[in-house]
Amino acid sequence: MALLELRNVSKIYHLGGEEIRALDGVSLDIDGGEFISIIGPSGSGKSTLMHILGCLDSPSKGEVRLDGMDISKASTAQLARVRNRTIGFVFQFFNLLPKLNVTQNVELPMIYAGIGGRERRERAHKALELVELSHRTKSRPNQLSGGQQQRVAIARALVNDPKIILADEPTGNLDTHTGELILALFRHLAAQGRTVILVTHNPEIAAVTPRRIEIRNGKVAERVDERLAGLDRPNAVAVH
Amino acid sequence: MNLLNTILIGLKEIWAHKFRSILTMFGIVLGVASLVGMSAIVKGMENGMRESMIAMGGADRVVLEQQPVPSIQDHLADQAPGRTMRDVLALRRSAPMVRAVSPQMSIEEPTVTHGQKTADVWECAGVWNDVLEMNLHQLEYGRFFNDIDEENASPVCVIGVGVRDQLFGSPEELGYEVVPIGEEITINGQSFTIVGMFTRYMSEQEAKERQIAKASAGQAKDSSAQTGPKRRKGWGGRGGWAFTRKNMSLYIPLNTAWVRFRAAGDANGIPDPRLSNIEIKVRDLTKLEASLQQARNVLLITHNGIEDFNFRTQENQIESINKQIKNARLSGGIIAGISLLVGGIGIMNIMLASINERIREIGTCKALGATGIAIFTQIVVESVVLSVLGALAGLVASAGLVDILAFISPTGNSPVITWEARAVAMVFSAGVGIVAGLFPAIKAARLSPIQALRYE
Repeated sequence: MALLELRNVSKIYHLGGEEIRALDGVSLDIDGGEFISIIGPSGSGKSTLMHILGCLDSPSKGEVRLDGMDISKASTAQLARVRNRTIGFVFQFFNLLPKLNVTQNVELPMIYAGIGGRERRERAHKALELVELSHRTKSRPNQLSGGQQQRVAIARALVNDPKIILADEPTGNLDTHTGELILALFRHLAAQGRTVILVTHNPEIAAVTPRRIEIRNGKVAERVDERLAGLDRPNAVAVH
Repeated sequence: MNLLNTILIGLKEIWAHKFRSILTMFGIVLGVASLVGMSAIVKGMENGMRESMIAMGGADRVVLEQQPVPSIQDHLADQAPGRTMRDVLALRRSAPMVRAVSPQMSIEEPTVTHGQKTADVWECAGVWNDVLEMNLHQLEYGRFFNDIDEENASPVCVIGVGVRDQLFGSPEELGYEVVPIGEEITINGQSFTIVGMFTRYMSEQEAKERQIAKASAGQAKDSSAQTGPKRRKGWGGRGGWAFTRKNMSLYIPLNTAWVRFRAAGDANGIPDPRLSNIEIKVRDLTKLEASLQQARNVLLITHNGIEDFNFRTQENQIESINKQIKNARLSGGIIAGISLLVGGIGIMNIMLASINERIREIGTCKALGATGIAIFTQIVVESVVLSVLGALAGLVASAGLVDILAFISPTGNSPVITWEARAVAMVFSAGVGIVAGLFPAIKAARLSPIQALRYE
């Protein structure tokens, strides 16, 4: 059984009486430990797919199973719990809380998980060591560079030991070099057996992952963009 | 979700917008200060009223009044005996629910002199020793009357300190205290020996002022002393009245009053036996009605069934005092409540602005696994932290406010800040904080994570 199973998932919005199918009958399986990218131009429905994969939203139709649990029928509180324990989010704009320092930002998911103070500090420290930021624990986000901020965000995503890391354009706001380092970090995490899902519109970034899913007009494309084919060099860093 | 963390994050949020938070808190500061200040003033009034109440003999004092016979007994009016010693003795013997009976035979408009000086005595009466308990008198110098004085109708008297001030001079004028025990004074031309003097009765406020005056007397004996009559202080002047009345009293033994001042109105060689006043105290104030009924039954026998008497309790007065206190409390409470409410609206406003600024943050928190309840708690806690900080500042401000009020308003009853008032103000403003936070918190908790994350 796959870690994530989507069966005929649709998301339908109603805008002024008009029906918009952001996702239209998407079915796909993602196994545990996969390093995968979801690619598509803006408006293709990849964001909607990411929201559903990340349990931020429920589908209008179809079935989503995460670890055997039916997400489409879960309550908001259950979804919050799944987001907290099973999924780690990394955002394009880092989304660190500006009034909290690095450690406090990393501790935040553990606070929502109800983990005690000492264990929180220990785990936050470990996660920050992993992203090589254990020397900046007291800094505020605005005192860090973009790459550092994204590493803090990754540490925050990792700290509850989630099965899935869901990254939405994680390099979109970084220069190429820093982006590479971040991608290397994701690859490292994937190598450790974590499921990493990168959502991007950039084929060069998608090229990093062994498996790619292309979304077009709310559907999984039959054929992957030929531009991606040439870049498909497993275990290689994206070419600039 | 632990509360300490929530509070900490709330404090950070407030600290991040210091100026805005302080402005918001100001509403609560004013509300709490006015609530505590108001209650302090009311408490001061209450203290003043209670003092004068006690000065007048306390709540359990009942006056046995003379009254015209009821119309149904009109034909018996000429047989009405009036209040006599028979009543007093009967009450003492047969009304166990009555604790003390104090007969009084007043000398109306007495002329009390010593040498060239005349005293303006408010109450001059022949009494039994029960009067001490009845009017809560305290003897400071000398003694009260004994059985021999009573039996022999001795020409002795006990005076209030005000009478001494007028006849012998007050310590303030002389610089030393005269103890006129053994001095002779005249009452309506008859010579009396002073055997005792009461202590000075005064309100707490006056006691304080006297102490201050005493302390500063040594340093400043200049001519800046006040000229003209002193401004009367005290709640409605009433407290002052009660204390003056007590200080200006002069007592002689009951028998002395009867033999020496009532002989003119005699019949068959017996002086007029009617008393001018009988006052009783009941044993248990909670059983006032029953006690008075018992006394009434006894008196109906001594009065041959003629109801030419009535009881006047202090109950009515206590009731009116309580009503006034209640009114003052209510109006003060409403004003303070309104200002707290305004403060609460300010907090709600700022919380709404705050969550609008933080929609993306809230979205992030939700993506990280914050439940609606966690977000809700966070916002409510922030709002409560704001209001409680404001309340604490308000408590500090209230102390200053009360000082200013005490300074500018010449109420004789200085405002008293009570811990109850502080506690009520704290709890109330925390409540205002909760209520003010509810709506923004619900709004924040209900945000959809996607829309919140996408919000620009």
